[in-house]
Amino acid sequence: MSTTWAAILVLAGGCYALKLAGLSLPSGVLERPLVRRIALTLPVALLAALVAVQAVADGTRLVVDARLAALAVAAVALALRAGFLVVVVLAAATAAGLRAAGLA
Amino acid sequence: MQDTTDDRRALVRQGLAIGVATGLYGTSFGAVGVASGLTVLQTCALSSLVFTGASQFAFVGVLAAGGSPWSGAATGLMLGARNTLYGLGLAGRLRWRGVRRASAAQLVIDESSAVATAQDDPPLARLGFLVTGGSVFVLWNLMTFVGALAGTALGDPRTYGLDAAVAAAFLALLWPRLADGSTVAVAVAAAALALALVPFTPAGVPVLAAASVAVVAALLPARTRETTGAAS
Repeated sequence: MSTTWAAILVLAGGCYALKLAGLSLPSGVLERPLVRRIALTLPVALLAALVAVQAVADGTRLVVDARLAALAVAAVALALRAGFLVVVVLAAATAAGLRAAGLA
Repeated sequence: MQDTTDDRRALVRQGLAIGVATGLYGTSFGAVGVASGLTVLQTCALSSLVFTGASQFAFVGVLAAGGSPWSGAATGLMLGARNTLYGLGLAGRLRWRGVRRASAAQLVIDESSAVATAQDDPPLARLGFLVTGGSVFVLWNLMTFVGALAGTALGDPRTYGLDAAVAAAFLALLWPRLADGSTVAVAVAAAALALALVPFTPAGVPVLAAASVAVVAALLPARTRETTGAAS
């Protein structure tokens, strides 16, 4: 079995266990304020880091290219309350357009 | 009884609408999945077995950036931890045990939790949870398959800006969580830390390291809140 498949299965098993734990554990166990705050803040930190890395990292280099322009367009679309699919398609179209035009 | 036919119909409509909207962006996950180097089968396995969007996008995002599958899985698991909190809120409303609870667990995601938690009446909460979770599951998996096939047919993902679509997808997932100044501060600090680490660490590590910002921020507020509370 490849490493990729092994990682997919571990991720699947782990995510299922996390879901089942919530439905099964007595409600007091994870409701300590600190644990709760970490669990609510964790997605914000991870998603923000993923946005940054996806937008400007290329391997171990930081590169400003069409992806950053696409991200700016996505931010404007989100500020205008566009739906998920619209945001993603606009960003892809921006990057594709800039590259096709030879601008990035 | 508050559990009227109209209430049930409205809830079913709401659940199906969310299922259709969420399912549609499953196409973007499918396309991004194969663009990151996964096979169609691996991309579809993520949607059916992992079935929690942010974790799936994180896994393929780390792979696309050249990170190892294990750092992708670790990032995905940390993002999946919020489903545990959803489950804690749902348990008292759904009140399922045994096999039912074990099957329902896979459907504990952002959308089903939001709909079910808004219902105080257990039968309505169960209905909202099942219709929303079930329709998202069916359509998300179907559209992932469609997107993965389309992505395979497209060729070089960069030509179509699919690499830029990944960053936009993460931003769209992050956006509704930026509720106040302190979450924005966490987001900015996490992004800055990740970027600062990019030149010095293997791909995947900067994102994992950014998780520490969440832990630090969770430890801080007790003090910060007191000072801001006194100031305001």
